[in-house]
Amino acid sequence: MAEPILSATGIVKTFGGFTALDQVDFSVERGERVGLLGPNGSGKSTLVNCITGTLRNDAGQVIFADERIDRLSTHQRIRRGMARTFQIPRPFHSMTVRENIEIALLYAAGPADSEPRRTTHDANADDAMRIVEEVGLHKKADERSGSLTQVDLRKLELARAMAAHPRLLIADEAMAGLSTGEVDEILALLLRLNQAGVSIVMIEHIMYAVMKFAQRIAVLVAGRKIADGDPQSVIANPDVQKAYLGE
Amino acid sequence: MAPLRFFGVALGTAVAVFAAGAFVHNEYLYLAAYTVAQYIVLATAWNILGGYTGYVNFGAAGFFATGAYTSVFLHKTVALPLFLMIPIAGLICAVLGLAMGYLTLRLRGVFFAIATLAMAIVLHTLVVNWSFVGGARGAYIIRPREVMLFAGYSQYLFATMLALAAIAVSVARWVEHSRLGRGLAAIRDDETAAECSGVPTLRLKLVATSLSGLLMGFAGAPFPYYVGYVDPAGAFNLAYGVNSIAMPLIGGMSSWVGPLIGAVLLGTLQQVLTVTISSAVNLLLVGVLLVTFVTVAPNGIVGLFDKLRRKRGGRDG
Amino acid sequence: MDVTFNLLINAIVAGILLGGFYAAVSIGISVAFGMLDIVNIAHPAFIILGSYIAYIVNVNLGVDPIVTVVVLSPAFFALGVAMYRWYYVAFERRGRESLSGLAFFFGILFIGEVALLLVFGVDYRTVNTPYIGPSFAITSNISISMRLFVPFLVSVAMVLAIQLYMTKTFAGRCILAVSQNQTALQLMGANPQHIKAIAFGLSIVTAAVAGAFLIVIQPVEPSIGREYIGRVFAVCVLGGMGSIPGTLLAAIILGVAESFTATFYGPSWAPAVSFGILLLTLAVRPAGLLGR
Repeated sequence: MAEPILSATGIVKTFGGFTALDQVDFSVERGERVGLLGPNGSGKSTLVNCITGTLRNDAGQVIFADERIDRLSTHQRIRRGMARTFQIPRPFHSMTVRENIEIALLYAAGPADSEPRRTTHDANADDAMRIVEEVGLHKKADERSGSLTQVDLRKLELARAMAAHPRLLIADEAMAGLSTGEVDEILALLLRLNQAGVSIVMIEHIMYAVMKFAQRIAVLVAGRKIADGDPQSVIANPDVQKAYLGE
Repeated sequence: MAPLRFFGVALGTAVAVFAAGAFVHNEYLYLAAYTVAQYIVLATAWNILGGYTGYVNFGAAGFFATGAYTSVFLHKTVALPLFLMIPIAGLICAVLGLAMGYLTLRLRGVFFAIATLAMAIVLHTLVVNWSFVGGARGAYIIRPREVMLFAGYSQYLFATMLALAAIAVSVARWVEHSRLGRGLAAIRDDETAAECSGVPTLRLKLVATSLSGLLMGFAGAPFPYYVGYVDPAGAFNLAYGVNSIAMPLIGGMSSWVGPLIGAVLLGTLQQVLTVTISSAVNLLLVGVLLVTFVTVAPNGIVGLFDKLRRKRGGRDG
Repeated sequence: MDVTFNLLINAIVAGILLGGFYAAVSIGISVAFGMLDIVNIAHPAFIILGSYIAYIVNVNLGVDPIVTVVVLSPAFFALGVAMYRWYYVAFERRGRESLSGLAFFFGILFIGEVALLLVFGVDYRTVNTPYIGPSFAITSNISISMRLFVPFLVSVAMVLAIQLYMTKTFAGRCILAVSQNQTALQLMGANPQHIKAIAFGLSIVTAAVAGAFLIVIQPVEPSIGREYIGRVFAVCVLGGMGSIPGTLLAAIILGVAESFTATFYGPSWAPAVSFGILLLTLAVRPAGLLGR
């Protein structure tokens, strides 16, 4: 079997005296769809931040595409084929939708691990337009991103991540606050991406979305991983039910 | 417009302004116009970091004076011609900008602002204690008797500063439309999101501080020849720091046009007021304008025009 | 006794006294910047304003400068509240504090200086009080001048009072809470803007009081405020953002360091000390000495 695209082992992160992550192992196979669950404050976002480089892990290592990356800065990791979306959308508010996407096209990995492109010319605008259409924002391509609705902001987040041509996409609550119809729209988008070969980690509270989407689920509680396996058995796990669903 | 062609146009404009000046041929007018051109360089330089990247530099006077004192030092040691001193002064200020950025930009952006504010005071202290360049008492700089191609040295200085203004504006416009400028804008909007879109934020910020410093050094280098006598109080004058911020903020920070408009309007106004009233009053005016604009028209004059145009467009359509 | 040793002891004593004064100068920034995240670089303008008001009252009515600003503190408090309102409405609420807000305070700093310059000119102004002039000797070699000692005492008392206010009163605890977590503050049933206005008003009061100390310690002219920008932020950062005991400790370190520099290298180098401390702190330990 091939090496996993992402393999984080023994990740420890402490803030002052508080241990946010305690020896967490987390891996993603190539082409896999993984759900990451956990109550608020369980360490999901901290784990994502340690994987993407927004935070530095205190111990353990992160291997991405056969390379150790946990001492690289975030943009270096992004350029190696990783992308993320933010729980609270963070658009470049002075730019239009298309310009937002062009930033990632200009600076992130680009297709087939080539060097990031150095021109701002037409090819780029075409690429941006293609992605804008893919997420269904083509009518709003030239609107300021600051004026978008919640669902469109979520789409923009995804579009910007897609523009980085990632091999692994980490979607941090990409559907929070959306209606059922909108959730399905985003889910379909993520599935299409996955079919195109992108491995996806989905961090989500919306249970039905995770169950529908994930091939495997990992559960974090209070900085420890308490379960990791196929969705049905994880949900049936009494520890998970106790910690996450009930009491 | 391609960057080189734009530079051609900018330089052409500079030549036209110079020719108009030569036609009038009034020594005072040269000196006043020199000051305005100098502010175009300073305001444009400030805006590369402040407007494009979103980082406030309060130490423009420090960079300007470093450029000026580089000239004083070179004048006293190797006596290079001015056009060679300018790039050296620029490089020294670029390194200063790089160092300031490297020490503070890895932390919160506001530390950079505070550090630049304090930096101007420390450089001032340094110069006051450095007797070779005149210390607190200042230094006299004797202008060369003649320059090739020009009728007089004032004329030559004016032409030089106009050329520097054309260079500064062209560089700013090039940055704005380049990959670098897009990255800087992303940093200004949201630094974390920029980093997560692959933008090497620290490196780009350092490029911006260096480039901004370089241009400020350019603006300061001819200063000793312009005044003939430099002392720390003159070179570190707070007016440079304030105007460098006020001009882009009042003109508009989003493009190269804003600082240009701000510098021409405010610079000219100050020249007129200095002659007719007093320099203290015009500095007070700059302060009041600055506070008024940031409060009620944060996008400056360019922003006001945009708003007006959009309103009109709305009515037509 | 050795002359160098004498100088050393006197430099330390003078430095500690100076440090007490620096604590008064910086405590307002520790509150505004350290706790409220308001980068009030115009703080020195309010210090100098305090100096000039103390001067006017002293020259015309003969009132002690420190007494003047303490009596007038409600007015300074109101000024601070008004400033915060302006800042909040124009910048903080719209999320524009990082650039426009900074430029705003810079403009205020500048207007303050130029306005005083236009009214009072560049002349140095002094006040008259009984404790300017005399000094008392501790040992045969060490003497303490009263004009430094009185501000030192009042300053330390003020810092202690603020520490007590912050830890023992409800409003004070709200201010501490606002610096950590606005949601928690709302759970306590307090309005963050209201709390911040109180805290900012308080910080302007301390600036004015420090201004009275300043004109007791040395003659004042309008542009002197600039020298304090580096100092207040160096003390705030070195002490650890928002830590009141840290502010006192850092102020005394800065005072002693400046006093040493002035004694052994000459007073003209003293302004560079604060900048050195600021950069060193940012490079080595950005959290400061007593940072959270």
